[in-house]
Amino acid sequence: MRDAGTHYTQPLDKPVLKLDGITKVFPGVKALDAVSFDLRAGEVHALMGENGAGKSTLMKVLAGIHQPDAGRIVHNGVEVRMPTPLAARASGILLIHQELSLSPELSIAENIYLGAWPTNALGILRKRKLNRDAAAALHSLGCDYNPRARVGTLSIARKQMVEIARTQAFNANVVIFDEPTASLTDTERDQLFATIRDLQKRNVAVIYISHKMDEIFQISDRITVLRDGKLQGTVDTADSDIDQLTRMMIGRDLDSYFTRATGQTGPEVLRLEGLGCEGCFKDVDLSVAAGEVLGLYGLIGAGRSELAEAVFGIRKVSAGRIFWMGREITPPSPRKAIDMGLCLAPESRKEQGLVLGMSGRDNITLPHLRDFSRLLMMRRTHETEVFERYRGILKIKTSGPDQRVADLSGGNQQKFVLAKWLCKTPRLLILDEPTRGIDVGSKSAIHALIAELAEQGLAVIVISSEMPEVLGVSNRILTMSDGRINAEFSGAGMTEQALIDAVSAPT
Amino acid sequence: MNPADTNAGAQPEHHSAYRAALIDIVLRNQIWGFLLLAVILFSTASPFFLTVNNLANVLTQGAFIGLLAIGMTLVIINGEIDLSVGATMALALALAIGLQNSGFGPGTAILAALATGAFLGFLNGAVVVLSGMHSFVVTLGGLLGIRGLVFLYTEGDALMIADFTYTELVEIYLGPISLTAMVFLGLIVLFQWVLSNTRHGREAFAVGDNIEAARDAGIRVGRHKIINFTLCGLLAAVCGVLLSMRMGTAEPQAGRIWELWAIIAVVLGGTRLQGGYGSLWKTLGGVLTLAVVQNGLRLLNTPNYVELIVMGGVLILALGLDRILTYKIRAGRT
Amino acid sequence: MQRSALAEFLRRNGLLVGFALFVVIVAFDAPAMLGMNNVLSVLRQISIVGVIAIGVTFVVVTERLDLSVGSGLTLLTVLVVEQHNALGPGGAIFMTLLAGAAIGAWNGLLIGYFRLNALIVTLAMLSLLQGLTLWYSGGANVNIQGASESWFPVIGRGALFGIPVPIWVLLATAVAASILLGRSRFGRSVFAVGGNETASNFSGIDSRAVVFFAYVISGVATALGAIIMGSRVLGAQSTIGQGYELTILAGIIIGGTSLLGGTGSIWRTVLGVAMLGFLNNGLLLMGYAYYVQWLVTWVVIIAAVWIDLAAKRGRILA
Repeated sequence: MRDAGTHYTQPLDKPVLKLDGITKVFPGVKALDAVSFDLRAGEVHALMGENGAGKSTLMKVLAGIHQPDAGRIVHNGVEVRMPTPLAARASGILLIHQELSLSPELSIAENIYLGAWPTNALGILRKRKLNRDAAAALHSLGCDYNPRARVGTLSIARKQMVEIARTQAFNANVVIFDEPTASLTDTERDQLFATIRDLQKRNVAVIYISHKMDEIFQISDRITVLRDGKLQGTVDTADSDIDQLTRMMIGRDLDSYFTRATGQTGPEVLRLEGLGCEGCFKDVDLSVAAGEVLGLYGLIGAGRSELAEAVFGIRKVSAGRIFWMGREITPPSPRKAIDMGLCLAPESRKEQGLVLGMSGRDNITLPHLRDFSRLLMMRRTHETEVFERYRGILKIKTSGPDQRVADLSGGNQQKFVLAKWLCKTPRLLILDEPTRGIDVGSKSAIHALIAELAEQGLAVIVISSEMPEVLGVSNRILTMSDGRINAEFSGAGMTEQALIDAVSAPT
Repeated sequence: MNPADTNAGAQPEHHSAYRAALIDIVLRNQIWGFLLLAVILFSTASPFFLTVNNLANVLTQGAFIGLLAIGMTLVIINGEIDLSVGATMALALALAIGLQNSGFGPGTAILAALATGAFLGFLNGAVVVLSGMHSFVVTLGGLLGIRGLVFLYTEGDALMIADFTYTELVEIYLGPISLTAMVFLGLIVLFQWVLSNTRHGREAFAVGDNIEAARDAGIRVGRHKIINFTLCGLLAAVCGVLLSMRMGTAEPQAGRIWELWAIIAVVLGGTRLQGGYGSLWKTLGGVLTLAVVQNGLRLLNTPNYVELIVMGGVLILALGLDRILTYKIRAGRT
Repeated sequence: MQRSALAEFLRRNGLLVGFALFVVIVAFDAPAMLGMNNVLSVLRQISIVGVIAIGVTFVVVTERLDLSVGSGLTLLTVLVVEQHNALGPGGAIFMTLLAGAAIGAWNGLLIGYFRLNALIVTLAMLSLLQGLTLWYSGGANVNIQGASESWFPVIGRGALFGIPVPIWVLLATAVAASILLGRSRFGRSVFAVGGNETASNFSGIDSRAVVFFAYVISGVATALGAIIMGSRVLGAQSTIGQGYELTILAGIIIGGTSLLGGTGSIWRTVLGVAMLGFLNNGLLLMGYAYYVQWLVTWVVIIAAVWIDLAAKRGRILA
């Protein structure tokens, strides 16, 4: 089975890479808890888990970006350390990032060999050798790109091929793909899979990270599942099915863990008809009523966040109608939306949700400066009162109103994002990934809060790619895929299987 | 990431690829359009403009700012900036003349001037890299401090060369092209070659575009930046030495706000201020455009304020145009 | 714990400690520095830079720059002098403030609303305003006519309770700006936009308008500086504001306001500008030539910012 180009001498069943008890602690959260994992030459090993399960951290430990706090990495039978990405690459471990790490101004060949260009003694690039080597690497992947072409001119799929060509250039024996199909078309995905099979034939071990079940079953030989930084187990793909994997990913404590709103549903608050946004989503019909928690489930890139941003006025709407409290309105600006009582707690709390350098008190009142000021001047005491109130209600751990939110843990930061919108009771609260990257305790506190808010008569839309969260808190669920809403579930129809089927159905 | 991306990718790339490539070429070379426009405009407006002598003159006049702009381009591609080049130029100018007056030979004086420029550039780079401060702050300090050094050395007075044979050294012409212009053009070619053919040059783009990826790939980012700041200082000194030969005097205020003109030339050329994108051809285009506009307006006997107003206007226009075009092409592509 | 408290104190006030040390050294050598007359004269000298720096601080807190204030100062000084001769002092002051606001509005429009690069736009404005000045004045010096009959010279040359009027103007501007930046709704938005523009937009703050008004404030402050200048000099020439943009930035940076936006205060800016003024004065009193201050400023800028950064990350090297 071995190709001429590889220098591999191990039998197939001996692991090329073994991780033993890897632990990684970030301030406030144990990202990896004694994870062990082995990888055989020539296999495609899928790594699954929900957001925050620790997949990315594990891969970054492997690729030399993070250093583990405990545990061993054994590569080709030798215990190794990966102090830098460079060291990882030198020993044949290559991470292909979801956001490609290419320099658009450099040529294809230069990008493939980034940082390892052949030069003569004077530092002059040996372009002919570089281009020849790059062409050979590309050729072995079945690509006939001109190695001199600028990477900036390539499509995303081709850029990815350029990254994959590094596996040939650096003789990689372990290749990690992080969500490689997120921005590919079906044809491009098939090409990628052909390439992965090809790598496999050359005895390269592939780690494949994805959320998409159909892909996992199509491409992988074995599957390892992580949850909350802990290893849930490794199974042979052939002996497994979606149900088993889902159970491993989300555990069995669905009902005990979540609180669902049980109040009466009131009048409709928001209705969208045929809403569209160029390049993000189209034909979205949706309605949500007071007292209701509407779940919006879909994989990353399905257009959920874009939909929320369009309703809130951050993105331009290109088609469709918006009804607020039964009356048609023009697409609002964020200011107008907030004044109407339509609030969005955005997906990225560090980039969109909070001004990290500001104090907790100032962050809470930021959307409502007018309500917290008199004669253009801020009313500090009033602000502090509100801060103290929400600090109590949400049990925020902070040293005081002046502490910068940058110094708080993720969970406490997220509580500030919520406080920011709750302090002027809204009518509709859109929560985009409300519990991403925060610890379990804070998670259930936030889930309980969502239910409580709905019972008080708020309409709530929860956007999440964490299935148990959506299943656990929603009264009704819409699934979104490829920029469209493709199914609706309520009551007993809301099952994991139904949601999985809906979002992984081919479009 | 979004469906439209994938749709665009699914289409056969031929048709749109040609159009996109064409637009891309136009967008990347807009400065030559500006230059052509300026040349046509001034040729029709003044009979003295389109003459060999005048054009050679334009080149010589542009060469001084141009030399500063070469180093500035390298630093800007790295995503940094150097505000101290005008002062460094003035210090080299003062040293080249002053040291000769103190009894050193021209060769020694020139070497000392060049070494001082390179050292100050190195100092800027080292402080930027070691402290993690923004180069704008570091070199703003340099702008003030190095000018202080010039005054300290000249004691605030203009220095005049004692032996005027020194100024004859520069009287070398290749046809109508002056030595200064030749040095400028030669350095443009040399550094463009460095940018496109050496490891250091190619690394400049990687560092400016995505510093983390560059670091992960094993590029020694700090050393790389220090080299570029050093080159920038050295080129400023080259400019100062050539100016000393041309003028024979060193005003302590020489080269004031030249750093700003150099930045303007680079940006006008189309090199991106955020780093990762640019070339010395563009900078050449930017320098020539500035020089042509300046020269043309003077030929037309317009008062000097027109020049300042036009320069400011052109810069804003170029920036606005760039914004509109990039916006359009992005909208067309994704 | 004690050690880190000391480090924290030095980080917050290290500049003041260094400055106090400097004052002590100078006072030994030249006791005249601490004399009332000298202190007032330094404060009067820094009043123009100070007033403008206060306006530019708003721009810097939004994470942007204004390099056009030096040229703006020249143009507006010429304007106030010319208009004084045409309209009298009241009209001239009004026109100048209006023109300053217009310059700021133009910058703000291009940078805030059209989102063009602040460095380049204000650089272009530096050139443009210089050109406008030459056009307007014809390159000639202009002088206040009939100064003895006008109350206009009082602004630059008068005194109230023994303290020169420019110092009162600086103080009043500082107090007003401090309230505006530190206590008002607008000030809060300025910090929010400079700290995280995206998050501000997600909070319903119109960052474009905030940036726009920050530049308008910078323009008005420049006009105020020009009024003091015109009244002090009783005339203007076309190079009068040359280089002010750099001194102003140096003062702001030394005061501890980061060019990365989101932090800063008016008092820090005034302190930074005052330190530069006393540094200059002290060096002159000790008999150094005027250009030595530039060298010292170089060292002080780098030392101040480096120490601040090093204290924040807990080690000296990046």
